[in-house]
Amino acid sequence: MAGAPSPHDRPIAPHVSIWRWHVTMASSILHRVTGVGLYGAAICLAIWLIAAALGPEPYGFVDAVLSAWYGQLAMYLVVASLAYHLANGIRHLVFDTGAGLTPADADTSAWFAILFALAAPIGLWALLTFGG
Amino acid sequence: MSNSERSMRTPLGRVRAHGASGEGTGHFIAQRVTSIALVLLAPWFVVSVALAVRDASYLAAIDWISDPVNAVGVILLVAIGLYHMSIGMQEVIVDYILKPSTKMILLFLNAAVPLVLAVGAIFAVLLVNFGV
Repeated sequence: MAGAPSPHDRPIAPHVSIWRWHVTMASSILHRVTGVGLYGAAICLAIWLIAAALGPEPYGFVDAVLSAWYGQLAMYLVVASLAYHLANGIRHLVFDTGAGLTPADADTSAWFAILFALAAPIGLWALLTFGG
Repeated sequence: MSNSERSMRTPLGRVRAHGASGEGTGHFIAQRVTSIALVLLAPWFVVSVALAVRDASYLAAIDWISDPVNAVGVILLVAIGLYHMSIGMQEVIVDYILKPSTKMILLFLNAAVPLVLAVGAIFAVLLVNFGV
């Protein structure tokens, strides 16, 4: 880094404010956002398991949080985030083979990942309500 | 650089291991290998737990964790999932956090917190199964 300008002095491409939003850009940003969100979900998974091992009383606290409206909302978002990160992750594994990289294919698969994220929590809710 | 004309070393030999972090492909490959495992583990966990523990009750949770297949599956999910998320978050931290002290603290926490949670959660699964 010797001689390189500090990060504040470097020229910045005027990209974010003038770029038209397109679906592949949204899919890339969503992959990061859902990944960071799932970090919190994984922490909750660890707390759930530890609470179960601690006994009925500590578990009751976790149960109360999960059953409250904000717990239910969080679970909805976690399932949607997981579904998105899963679908888009598979999309990236396909990209790694060199396939699906044309703009038309990448747009189509990005829309598929987003629609899957919207459909998955509804599908899980339907499975719990009407099936099994 | 002044004696580079007299050096017997090849240009590749001189730049090797002098990249931004000295390494990189290890995490790149690990992120993809763990993602392939999570493609199977994450949907299994969500559907299996949602069907078995639908009212989030203590006994239903203990029953689910006590099944050997579920115990092995959830231990794999916690170990592989938290490793995957730690690599992912490390990438996010080095991308967005410029201040060296803040970056170092966050990288340390990102290494420590998932490790502690994974050990705690795996121990909890063993405790539920083998008791005290």
